Amino acid sequence: MIEYSLTHLKQLEAESIHIFREVVAEFERPVMLYSVGKDSSVMLRLAQKAFHPGKMPFPLLHVDTGYKFKQMYEFRDELVKELGLELLVHKHKRSGEMNPFDFGTQKCCAVLKTEALLTSLREGEYDAAFGGARREEEKSRAKERVYSFRDGFGQWDPKNQRPELWSLYNAKVNKGETIRAFPISNWTELDVWQYIYMENIPIVPMYFAEEREVVIRDGQIILLEDGKTLPGEELRKEVCRFRSLGCHYCTGAVRSNARTVPEIIEEMMTVRVSERATRVIDHDTEGSMELKKREGYF
Amino acid sequence: MTIDEFLAENEKKDLLRFSTAGSIDDGKSTLIGRLLHDSKNVYEDQIQSVKNVTHDKSSKEEIDFALLTDGLKAEREQGITIDVAYRYFSTPKRKFIIADTPGHEQYTRNMATGASTANLAIVLIDARYGVLPQTKRHSFITALLGVPHMVVAVNKMDLVDFSEDVFEQIRSDFSRFAAKLTVPDIRFIPISALLGDNVVDRSSNMTWYKGEALLEILENVYVASDRNLIDLRFPVQYVLRPHLDFRGYCGQVASGVIRKGDEVTALPSKKKTRVESIVTYDGEIERAYPPMSVTVTLEDELDVSRGEMLVHSHNMPHADRHFEAMLVWMGEEPMDVNTAYGIKHTTRTARARIDELRYKVDVNTLKRMAPGDLALNEIGRVVFTSMTPIFFDSYVKNQATGSFILIDPVSNSTVAAGMIIERESADRLPSRITHGSEEAVSARRYESQVQTGEREERLAQRPATIWLTGLTSSGKTSIVYATEKKLFDLGATCVVLNGRNVRLGLSRGLDFGSTDRAEHLRRVAEVASLLNDSGIITLCAFVSPSAAIRDQVKELVGEDRFLEIHVDATAEWCEKRDETGLYEKAKSGVVQNMAGVNADYEEPEFPALTLPIETLGVEESATQIMSLLRERNIFPISNG
Repeated sequence: MIEYSLTHLKQLEAESIHIFREVVAEFERPVMLYSVGKDSSVMLRLAQKAFHPGKMPFPLLHVDTGYKFKQMYEFRDELVKELGLELLVHKHKRSGEMNPFDFGTQKCCAVLKTEALLTSLREGEYDAAFGGARREEEKSRAKERVYSFRDGFGQWDPKNQRPELWSLYNAKVNKGETIRAFPISNWTELDVWQYIYMENIPIVPMYFAEEREVVIRDGQIILLEDGKTLPGEELRKEVCRFRSLGCHYCTGAVRSNARTVPEIIEEMMTVRVSERATRVIDHDTEGSMELKKREGYF
Repeated sequence: MTIDEFLAENEKKDLLRFSTAGSIDDGKSTLIGRLLHDSKNVYEDQIQSVKNVTHDKSSKEEIDFALLTDGLKAEREQGITIDVAYRYFSTPKRKFIIADTPGHEQYTRNMATGASTANLAIVLIDARYGVLPQTKRHSFITALLGVPHMVVAVNKMDLVDFSEDVFEQIRSDFSRFAAKLTVPDIRFIPISALLGDNVVDRSSNMTWYKGEALLEILENVYVASDRNLIDLRFPVQYVLRPHLDFRGYCGQVASGVIRKGDEVTALPSKKKTRVESIVTYDGEIERAYPPMSVTVTLEDELDVSRGEMLVHSHNMPHADRHFEAMLVWMGEEPMDVNTAYGIKHTTRTARARIDELRYKVDVNTLKRMAPGDLALNEIGRVVFTSMTPIFFDSYVKNQATGSFILIDPVSNSTVAAGMIIERESADRLPSRITHGSEEAVSARRYESQVQTGEREERLAQRPATIWLTGLTSSGKTSIVYATEKKLFDLGATCVVLNGRNVRLGLSRGLDFGSTDRAEHLRRVAEVASLLNDSGIITLCAFVSPSAAIRDQVKELVGEDRFLEIHVDATAEWCEKRDETGLYEKAKSGVVQNMAGVNADYEEPEFPALTLPIETLGVEESATQIMSLLRERNIFPISNG
């Protein structure tokens, strides 16, 4: 007897491919936001699958704060070259000037991420942008739609979301309004890792543990890309890795010995601290992700 | 277990999507929090941040599970769940996706949203209160959305001393009510979400309960057979043409199994070909089944585009513009029968007009209510006509091809979810004449500089539409032409519109189904109305067997200038003088929908004039119409 069933990952994969194709079929100028992280890597593979044997019919857009880790830039440029992808990099015009020390993390994020993202989408006249957000990541994301409607200012109105039933997504927008499409909405962190493992998807080496020179800042393990310590801080060596990648000032590492994908998964199953806990910016105020999303952030 | 073993096991897990509906009072959020927590999936820091909040606002020490699940700030402030939240957890057997939805009546739309993708629904009942209207509402929506498995969880058993009697009473109350619903699999379980009884582990407080704990049910319920593997429906989503030698049709298999070499028919063209290959990134495959997303290439170069469908030639869906559905209204504004809503059905988008709201359902009692407005969170049975055909099955048979959403053409919001039913054939569904929505939305009519009175004076007549209705070959057309001659000879200005001539031009391409018939008559009514606006008398001869449609024609033309005349004859008499051959064809079944033979003719209730043509004859009938026109002061106009 032939079994017509799919594993959960194959079901998720099929759903994600469906979403990619649906957006490309219904929008005029889609773009994929690419953050170099593991979720972006999985999205990239899914996009390749969706349009195989053709090429992805949209460019990648990296909204670059200028504060990403060196290894991220290297990985990104290498990958783009190898796969022959079209990559657009957008930096806010004040990216050298803004920083979390003088302006605080909230303002820094608002300008370098949110504002930069909105400007780049507007300038590129993109009517749909793929993002790698997952509902499992954070409380306010749990209520996000697959097609997340944004008004002319890129804002998300959580009280006025379009109902989303079955896999029938509403692609109607007026000029200036956009849709953020989240093909991996239903994936969990474990799903992402398992898929990276199964599919042998390349990821930034910073996810793997090694000895790194760091400081402890506000309880977080911070890797200094510019070598500048603050008063009272001391450089130390820690075997650590990154569970989530962001700006180097605001992304902490975790102590870990996981040097391979299976080891990462093993660690995940035993250490239970949710993945965004090492992102300083989410903890500014109670409900801060929701605030950022309302203003246009992912 | 080594990590490699774990990964191998984990890869094989399947997926269960379930919905929960209920209010805070039922302990729904507590139950979900309990499932997440007890299946060891609540990460420590999430618990930590929830504790911070709780400490600010109350002195409760224990974890408030509801705070884990109520995501949005407004909800935390108001203490209610207002939107669908998706939650994830897994056990070694399965991965679970929970659609967590609020239970208040004003959130029916969210319940429907959560249920739309669910394999199973948990309906919570507070053991102290038993089956409430709210319980019925959840169950009804669960059944309406076709969720195949239902678990009725009688919660807060700790507050009724874990009493078996209480549980059994609720079980029998619910069963009596549920007999009216079509849910193939209903199970009952007594739990205490707060204390954890029968949630993950079986309760030692209720040894009388011999069934599985809730999590066991969730892990073991068999859902693979719920999919439709029989009727192949492959909606084409995207046409992939990377280079000249490759044309692939991308899509997700909605139902059935598609195999390499299968003969398939493309809809709507009905052209046949064979599946040449099924392409994926991971290599070609022999067969694809739901919910796989694949790319199909065909042996022949058919021109198939997005929104079209590949099916097996011997198993076709309905392809029609006229259909009926249960509708959950989700828009803030009530349904407007004069709006042509956008419809998204599989990968096809079209405009659809509403023909009739047949009735509404009271979600608390399941009783039918008289139609009126269909407003937010109301459910009704509605007949539609889409501008282009859609390829559908009934929702009961096939969720993917039986479901659609409606989109408001102005606000772009998703205003309704529809589930197609097929209890009557398209020909028997009521149809309706409507104004197009575009005009209603954007345009006001230009006004002529010539006054109605000036026209009447110039033409020495008052405009009117004289509408002759009656069976085919009853002599309507002969009468109108005889009348035209009399009017012309007396100096009146008039125009004749009859079925055959209009169908040769203005209504070319429309068929004799009820939908196109309504459209045909709408065009005639619009023309008659324009002619009347210009002061001209219009003589119309149309079978127009439906009283409802004639009423709508009257409405379009304007009641004060519309005269309905019944040309009354028996079908036998008409058949004898029939030169069209239609009666013969209808009797042999070649022609459907022939009034007087295989469809009803609804006689006018209050005609301005009845012409018993069999005894009267054409000339005398025309004379009577002339008298009527004089009587009604249409022509000639009396100066008195």
